[in-house]
Amino acid sequence: MRYKSQKVAYWFFALSMLLLTLQIVYGFVMGFDRIGWQGLHDYIPFNTARAVHTNLLVMWLLSGFMGAAYYIIPEESEHELVNVKLAYIQLIAFALVGVAAIVGYHFNYWEGRKFLEIPRPLDWLVVVDVLTFLGLILATIYAGKKKTTTSLVLAMGLLFAALLYLPGMIWFDNQTMDSFFRWWVVHLWVEGVWELIMGGILAFLLIKITGVDREVIEKWLYVIVGLTFISGILGTGHHYYYIGVGKIWLIVGGIFSALEPLAFLGMALFAVAMYRKGEKKHPNKIALSWTLGTAIVSFVGAGLLGMAHTLPQVNMYTHGTLVTAMHGHLAFWGAYAMIVLAIISYAMPNLTGRKLYDSNRGVLAFWLSNIGMLGMTVAFGVAGVAQVYLERKVGLEFGVVQQEIEVHFVILLICATMFATGICLYLYEFIKYGTPNDEALQLN
Amino acid sequence: MLSKSQARTFFLGGTAVTFLIFLGLSWNSLSNEVPKQTHPENLTPQVIAGKQLWEANNCMGCHTILGEGAYYAPELTKVVERRGEGYIKAVLMSKEPWQPRGRKMVAYGFSDEQAMQLIEFLKWIGNTDLNGFPPKPDYQQSTQNTTK
Repeated sequence: MRYKSQKVAYWFFALSMLLLTLQIVYGFVMGFDRIGWQGLHDYIPFNTARAVHTNLLVMWLLSGFMGAAYYIIPEESEHELVNVKLAYIQLIAFALVGVAAIVGYHFNYWEGRKFLEIPRPLDWLVVVDVLTFLGLILATIYAGKKKTTTSLVLAMGLLFAALLYLPGMIWFDNQTMDSFFRWWVVHLWVEGVWELIMGGILAFLLIKITGVDREVIEKWLYVIVGLTFISGILGTGHHYYYIGVGKIWLIVGGIFSALEPLAFLGMALFAVAMYRKGEKKHPNKIALSWTLGTAIVSFVGAGLLGMAHTLPQVNMYTHGTLVTAMHGHLAFWGAYAMIVLAIISYAMPNLTGRKLYDSNRGVLAFWLSNIGMLGMTVAFGVAGVAQVYLERKVGLEFGVVQQEIEVHFVILLICATMFATGICLYLYEFIKYGTPNDEALQLN
Repeated sequence: MLSKSQARTFFLGGTAVTFLIFLGLSWNSLSNEVPKQTHPENLTPQVIAGKQLWEANNCMGCHTILGEGAYYAPELTKVVERRGEGYIKAVLMSKEPWQPRGRKMVAYGFSDEQAMQLIEFLKWIGNTDLNGFPPKPDYQQSTQNTTK
């Protein structure tokens, strides 16, 4: 830590960890529902658990991204955050809106639009909150001595993420139009601007950890985010195959979304190449594991598993089945959850001054959570492929198929337990680090 | 070897070009394709009220529609064709959790009028041209033949 105001990041990370814990709890509720243990049905029916699970994911990732920005931007711009008090207010407001939304979902206060369930009145509060955050970040970059590519890419990602939230707030009578614009938010976030955020954080971590020259890393950052947008923007077409718009999207979406793995492949090759080129002197090996891990697992989860069902001929059968859940879990874990865990692992020793990064617990947390998530992905995949064949090919009734594939959810729950154990160890480490303090300021 | 400024041009240029193509295609979809494929002229007040109910109760939190939603309960785009209005109405108006094969649905206990609004919405969506989705099960014929 070089600037006092970077301490704000810690509290965003702490909120992030709290929401992650809750997300896992609601994941288990759904897992148990699927094997017939529906004891909570009257209080937390599946649709509530599902909305909470996905919204908490978005919220803890955003909280992590914001924390990352508050940590990275002062250091990159060589300037204290312009207004620390406002950053804390923004944090509290973000937490309150989030909690209100999550509580509301338990009382039928929502808009049943996948991933965008937050009701429109609360959406406006989200907008105000995010604008405050952006204002602070952009003002700090503007006031700072340096405007680095890393900080500009990160800020650009955050700015576009905020702008793209708006199309999701418009009401449409027509379900097709509704869906069309909903993907402008959801797809262009996760397969577009969030990759800019991820790329920015990744570049920062690689510069710090590998010691490779900034110019080299930032050049490749441009290439990667370029590939992301070139494939990802028109790749939105893979959501438009079967929702009531024209067949042109089958061609455009098919071709461009098949190119989407290139950006993730680029990211993986880039991270590994920079690691090999670097000096390998940085003592924080845990942060290094998460950094290389996010680059590689995102290629597998988002790149390859996305590719597996993105061609229209395949997607005709897999669209709206558990195959999507298979891809979704490893993609979000690899690309976004792991990058947040990476920046937290990197930042914690610097924020608190406690160098706890060589513990076995941290290593165990990394492997247990990754292997657990991989196991969950396989369980979803097997269930999904079986569902596709039995329901879409053979034509068995939905419920019959669900009973057939129930056993895979037992496996899913076992793997999820392993995953959760890993996360618990990560949380234990997080708590052990304690809170940030000014003694950790290094003026190097 | 590629320089940093060339890399930046690649990023900015590529983004601008693909984004413009995307906007053009989207404009074409909304102005030409949606009116033909979704029959917006049939969006009666009842259908719209149905859509509002659909969203207010987060039906997508378990079901899929147009293949979008959760994968806990059946795809409903063609449900009127598949199940008929009577069955759907019974499910929607049930005061006890409907539980086919033990999997519980929330007991919404909708009024007759609300149930009809949702059915009108589902009928409208069932008439949308979805480029062939959901697919017809292609092995069904052969399995039926072998069991005879």
